[in-house]
Amino acid sequence: MKFAGLIVMPAGFFLSIAALVLFPAAAPRAAFILCALAVEAVGLIVAVRGHMENRDSDAGDSR
Amino acid sequence: MTPASGSPSLSDAGIVLDLVLLVLAPLAIAGTALVNVGLGRSRSAAQALLGNMVVVATALIGFALVGATFAGNTGGAAHVLHLAGKQWDWLGEGPLFLKGIVNAPVQSQLEILFEFLAVAMAAIIPWGSGADRLRMAGGCAIAAVLSTLVFPILAHWVWAGGWLAQLGINFSAGAGFLDPAGAGTIHLLGGLSALAVIWVAGSRRGKFPKGGFATAMPGHNAVYILFGCLVALVGWLGFNLAGASLWIHAPLASLPVTALNTLLTAAGALTATYTVTRVRFGKPDASLCANGWLAGLVASSASAAVVPPIPALLIGIATGVITPLLVEVLELAVTVDDPSGAITVHAAGALVGLIAAGLFAPQPGQFIAQMVGIATILGLFLPFTYLLFKILNRFVPFRVDSDGERIGMDLHELGGGAYPEFVIHRDDSYR
Repeated sequence: MKFAGLIVMPAGFFLSIAALVLFPAAAPRAAFILCALAVEAVGLIVAVRGHMENRDSDAGDSR
Repeated sequence: MTPASGSPSLSDAGIVLDLVLLVLAPLAIAGTALVNVGLGRSRSAAQALLGNMVVVATALIGFALVGATFAGNTGGAAHVLHLAGKQWDWLGEGPLFLKGIVNAPVQSQLEILFEFLAVAMAAIIPWGSGADRLRMAGGCAIAAVLSTLVFPILAHWVWAGGWLAQLGINFSAGAGFLDPAGAGTIHLLGGLSALAVIWVAGSRRGKFPKGGFATAMPGHNAVYILFGCLVALVGWLGFNLAGASLWIHAPLASLPVTALNTLLTAAGALTATYTVTRVRFGKPDASLCANGWLAGLVASSASAAVVPPIPALLIGIATGVITPLLVEVLELAVTVDDPSGAITVHAAGALVGLIAAGLFAPQPGQFIAQMVGIATILGLFLPFTYLLFKILNRFVPFRVDSDGERIGMDLHELGGGAYPEFVIHRDDSYR
């Protein structure tokens, strides 16, 4: 799950680039970029949640 | 933000002023280092402070040998991608090993000096988050990766005429991504790197026991923490004023207001955090107030040079309210063990500052530029640094073994403690 979230996050970045290229008008561009940030936020939440599950005691990735 | 050509050159007075400001800027690093040490345990204090110095040294050397080449400088050679009829300047192509810097224009030398200080600051942020369990070798490896690969790419995009700086020219998005003193380039990147380090290294032993609440592991020296905040203020003034002068070409006459905004943002943040912790816990919390102060300074890195004084104060208050609440959420709700509060202070503080700069800056379309910048750093650099750290951890383990953690990092890594007169008690938090 942690990797799924981290894979989703670059998708948000590419959406923001797409918004710049595809929408010259300010309002749809801003809306699309905010959606891209929402995608990144979802990815971040999934990644955080994924790491939470692995650390109920004192475990880290390195151990 | 930083046009490749036609940038107004600095006057002699401006050159002297920027040099003086950049000489003061290392106090921000010193203050942050002092805060990091104070927020850690007494049995790891010497290792923490020496680690800060070693990490800074590694970052400076890494940036000199490799990083500065990729970062490039304003108007210098760069790799450009042609896409959708636009030029996307994505990587600097400066000379290797700082060749020719002696003969470079003074403004370029000052810009490179700023980047050196910035990379040192960015490198110590994850070190603070890994307190009490991160080996110095691991800290150096992290600093080496950040200074040679990660930071230079972002620094080029934001400061040295890269595609984020050109958003205004290419896409009519305000003045391009505005980040004069490194809220995104230093602090958001550093805070997200800190999160990646915590994910890779894990939490301190006994921090999150099975079937119980998170164990409180308070910092060992509130005086270090609070004095570090005051020291950092001087350095931050240096960073903010020099950044405004170098990267957005603010006139000398506007710099006093930038300094005032820095003070107001920090003051607003401290007052808000003090009030929130006073209401929430009955008494103000010193370490959270320190975090609030630093978060305000971080927010000012983005906004101080581009907003009027009253919005600067409001930005500080917003940052100060968010800080103690987010520290609590990260520790108690999502089990992130961040002793220095770097994720909240540096990442969240930077986000508030960058968004506020978009909202309050006078140029139309600035909000879009700020959002694209945030989307870039969050969406691209967090996964990128996490991947790099995961690979790096295979070769240079970040975390000390359990015995080292039990006896303390000072004895384990240095062979002696920071406070030899102290009696070290068994830690009751181990279960």
